[in-house]
Amino acid sequence: MSATATYGRAPRATSSPAPWRRHLRLYGLEARSELLKALRLPAYSLPTLAFPCVFYLFFGVAFGSHGVGTGSTTMATYLIATNGAFGVLGASLFGFGVGVATERGQGWMLVKRATPMPPAAYLAAKTAMSLLFGLIIVLLLTALGVAFGGVRMPLATWAGLAATLVAGAIPFCAMGLFLGYLAGPNSAPAIVNLVYLPLSFCSGLWIPVQVLPPFLKHLAVYLPPYHFAQLALHWLGADQGGRVVVHVAALVGFTVLFLASARWAFLRDEGKTYG
Amino acid sequence: MKQTQDPPGAVVARLRGVVKRFGTVTALAGLDLELRRGELTAVFGPNGAGKTTAIKLLLGLARPTAGSVELFGHAPGDLEVRRRRGAMLQVGKVPETLTVGEHLELFASYYLHPLAVAEVLRRTGLERLAGRRFGELSGGERQRTLYALALVGDPELLFLDEPTVGMDVEARRAVWQEIRHTVDEGRSVVLTTHYLEEADALAERVVVLHQGRMLADGDPASIKRQAALRRVRCRTLLPKATLLALPGVRQLIEEGDHVELLVAEAEPLVRELLALDPQVADLEVRSAGLEEAFLALTAAPGSGFVVAA
Repeated sequence: MSATATYGRAPRATSSPAPWRRHLRLYGLEARSELLKALRLPAYSLPTLAFPCVFYLFFGVAFGSHGVGTGSTTMATYLIATNGAFGVLGASLFGFGVGVATERGQGWMLVKRATPMPPAAYLAAKTAMSLLFGLIIVLLLTALGVAFGGVRMPLATWAGLAATLVAGAIPFCAMGLFLGYLAGPNSAPAIVNLVYLPLSFCSGLWIPVQVLPPFLKHLAVYLPPYHFAQLALHWLGADQGGRVVVHVAALVGFTVLFLASARWAFLRDEGKTYG
Repeated sequence: MKQTQDPPGAVVARLRGVVKRFGTVTALAGLDLELRRGELTAVFGPNGAGKTTAIKLLLGLARPTAGSVELFGHAPGDLEVRRRRGAMLQVGKVPETLTVGEHLELFASYYLHPLAVAEVLRRTGLERLAGRRFGELSGGERQRTLYALALVGDPELLFLDEPTVGMDVEARRAVWQEIRHTVDEGRSVVLTTHYLEEADALAERVVVLHQGRMLADGDPASIKRQAALRRVRCRTLLPKATLLALPGVRQLIEEGDHVELLVAEAEPLVRELLALDPQVADLEVRSAGLEEAFLALTAAPGSGFVVAA
């Protein structure tokens, strides 16, 4: 690829472009940078995609034809929703949690903060990556399910499920941002895993929530991924029967809480960093 | 340089009574500093003097514990302010999978009136490295890329935190030339360095920081005069307190059974010394080198040095 081909197009601007064009370009370039980083460092991005697929092959494909609970949904179909939520959760928590902690620890964040970069551009680029990863995970799981698990569903149902799973990344981007400011660059992967894996299990993302022991079932209601998974399962008619508006409200509430916590962690970090 | 609202010599940045503490560490202990338009100011001092902290406060990346910080008359973190300055910071790691050109293009997009990326590549001698990933660059090339990122927004005020650290002499000279060019264009530059040679070669003004305080502020020649100390070495039985009370003693260094006294003028001291202790032996007077004198001036107490006020 010839990088030089694009140079000279940004002249020493005597008349600057319209603000919206400038912002569009800025946000686009920021997102492109995130995408290039992920593509060129597959050691980080591939596990995020592979993890939910491996889970799905173990549980979804192996036990594919078993029914879940009393409903008619097969395990293979059910787990597209919950393992999909599991994958989206991982992509968001790692992308933000580990990404932010690393760039912060290395001082790169300070360099960016010294520029006029709108902080929203940085967050938007990382969020876009999480959404993209979510979409890829949904497509991969669907392909596996259709090919090996005998999964069939109306296109409209699938579209609703896929959209819910991808959009569900947003609360967990906020949660990852909080973790990224809370954790140090070295401890971030361990801390994210410590949050990610138990949270996924207790919310019924690995095995259906109705199979969990009673006290975990009661706990699940207080965990954000539970509400996320229930919204996804709602498309399959396999949810626990909670009201959609309650799940949405819970996720919005958690998002606000995580963003506020992230802001607190950011300010706390700002006062501490020495050097 | 379009947003030139300030005439040359106008104050572009101001620190007033700035104290910055990190937990129990006091990085800045009451610093007053004004930076003027078109000036190249070198902030010189040993590690831990508070140079980087001062830069971070001026960039709005940290908030002072006490005192006030202003850039172009505004809070240092204001968007308007951030558009008018560029900063090269000491950074542990830069995203390594992006190329030099991609990094520059992205940073250029943050500014209203950036320089052309090709122009910045040319000025920093990075043209042939535009397509190279940051992770594949040598140490000097990385430093030049960080400098290019600071310059690409066409800033009025450029902050350079240890811009040539880890560079060989030749690379350092090239960067110095580019920095001079930048000042000739009418930009103000603040650079921190712990190489006195760098401050001497570049700056019209040198600010010496030591333990979060300003030790000296002036043009390089006057700083050198202040630093041009005499070193009087001898063996004497006089107690430390008496020696420190001798005329003009800046510092006392004990070395086995010898003592070394740093003074601006040796003669009055030697006269007094001989009067108080006729037994003085091994008397030796020589001038302290510039670097040496500064190191002595700024050496931390408790490391075998006694600092007289």
